[in-house]
Amino acid sequence: MPLRLLKYALSRKHPAPRFFRDCTEPKKSYDAVIIGGGGHGLAAAYYLAKDHGITNVAVLEKGYIGGGNTGRNTTIVRSNYLTPEGVNFYDASVKIYEGLSEELDINLFYSTRGHFTLAHTESALRTMRWRAEVNKHVGVDSYVVGPDEISKACPQLDISCSGKAPIVGALYHGPGSIARHDAVAWGYARGADSMGVEIFQNTEVTGLDIQSGKIKGVHTSRGYIATNKVLSAVAGFTPRITNMAGVDTPIVIHPLQACVSEPMKPWLDTILVSGSLHVYVSQSSRGELVMGSSLDPYEVHSTRSSLDFVEGLTSHMLDMFPFLSNVKIVRQWAGMADMTPDFSPIMGTTPVEGFYLDAGWGTWGFKATPISGKTMAATMANDQAPELIKPFRLSRFEDYDLTGEKGAASVGH
Amino acid sequence: MKLLTCPVNGTRPLSEFVFGGEMRNMPDPAQASDSAWAAYVYNRTGAPGLKKEWWFHSPSGTWFVAERNTLTDQVARTYLYGQEDKA
Repeated sequence: MPLRLLKYALSRKHPAPRFFRDCTEPKKSYDAVIIGGGGHGLAAAYYLAKDHGITNVAVLEKGYIGGGNTGRNTTIVRSNYLTPEGVNFYDASVKIYEGLSEELDINLFYSTRGHFTLAHTESALRTMRWRAEVNKHVGVDSYVVGPDEISKACPQLDISCSGKAPIVGALYHGPGSIARHDAVAWGYARGADSMGVEIFQNTEVTGLDIQSGKIKGVHTSRGYIATNKVLSAVAGFTPRITNMAGVDTPIVIHPLQACVSEPMKPWLDTILVSGSLHVYVSQSSRGELVMGSSLDPYEVHSTRSSLDFVEGLTSHMLDMFPFLSNVKIVRQWAGMADMTPDFSPIMGTTPVEGFYLDAGWGTWGFKATPISGKTMAATMANDQAPELIKPFRLSRFEDYDLTGEKGAASVGH
Repeated sequence: MKLLTCPVNGTRPLSEFVFGGEMRNMPDPAQASDSAWAAYVYNRTGAPGLKKEWWFHSPSGTWFVAERNTLTDQVARTYLYGQEDKA
C-alpha cells in the first residue's frame, strides 16, 4: 500500500480513485432495475450478480450513493431482537458483516464492542430476560447482567443516572458492533460494478410502467428503461414509489435524528442503549460520541434537524455521564424512517408481478444491509421469497400475522 | 419554538400537542370484506401531501383536526371536528 501511495505521489497526474464507473447513459433495457443506491439496493445488486449470475442490472439513485439513511444512521449492528424470526434474520446479517471487510476488500472499521440495553425498571428488566431467553434459544449470545457488571464494562457511567432513573440491570449482547456506514455502500458498489452492474447517480425514478398487473419498465429523469424486475429499496421514499405502483402499505414516515460530539480520546468501549432515557450512544473510531434518540413525534417527509432533539438527548446524556457537561455537539442531522406497525421490515413480492419491495426499515435498516441484499436478490432471481424473510411479507397485514418487534426497538418508540 | 393553533385555546407551543395520526373514515364493519377491513386497520396514506390529521391539545383535553402539508410541515388550518365549514 505505501508503495502504491508513493507511486501515486510521484506520478504527474493525480486522478481521484473511482470505486465504480460514472454511468450516465442507461441502456434501453435491463434484466433488473434497482431503485435506490443505498446499502440495501447496492447489496441486492451485488448478490444478484454474485449469487445468481444476473449482471445486466441498473441501480438508480436519486442523489449520490449512500447519501440517504445508509449515511444517516448510528451504525449499530446487533441481533438481540425479541421474536425468533427477527433474531434469526439479524443474526444471519451479523454473520455476513463479520467477514464482509475481507469479502469486499475494504476496511469497514467493523468493531465488535458488546452492547448493553439498560433497564431502569423491573418491567424493562423482564423484557430483557425474555429477549435473552429467545436469543439463547436461537443460539445468539445474549444474557442479563447486573449493575456491577455494567459498571465494570463502563466505569464512567453513573449507575444511578443522577438519581432519576437508577439502572437495575441490562441485556448484554456480545456480538453488538459498529461499522463505517459509507464504506458498506462503497464496498458493495465497487463489488457490484466490477461484475457489470451499472450505477446511475442523480437519476430519479418518475414513474413505473405497469401493464395488466406486471411491471414493464421505469420512467426516469434519464429516459425510459424497460425491465421485468424492479426492486424498490428507498427507505423514507417508499410511499412515493409504492404510490406509483398502486400498492398500499402501512408505512408512515417519521424523521429520526442523530448527532455527534466533538472527538475525544477513547473512553467508551461498549455500545449503550437506554430505552427509558431515549438514548443510544457509542464512540466512533474517530473519537466522536455518536448519539441517537427516539423518532420525532409526528409525520414529516423532511430531513430537517431540531433544537428540541439536541436539548432532550443531551439532558439524558448528562444524567448518564455528568462529566460530559463541557463537551460540545458538533453536528446533527436526520433521516426519514419508514415505520411499520409491528417494527419489522416489509420484504418480498407484491401484488404487482415483478415489483419487489425492500422497505419498512424504520430505525433498524443498517444492521440488516447484507442479509437483506442477499435475500432480496434471491427473491428477484426466483420470484419467490426465501424462508428467512417470509415472516416479513407485505401480505402479513392482510392475514393479521404480524411479527411484533416493538419490545426490541432500540429505544422506546 | 414551533407553534400550532388550537381552535379553542389559540396559538400554543407545539410541545403542548400530541399527534393523533391521519384522519380516516371507518368502513361499515358489517358490510366490509375481510381484506377491506384489514386495509382500514393497517394501511395508511404514506406519501407526502396536504393531509387531514387528528391533533390533541393536552392541557385542555381538546381533540381537533389540522390540515397539514407533511412535506413542508406547514399547517393550512385547524378546526374542531364537524366544524370544517366555519374554519
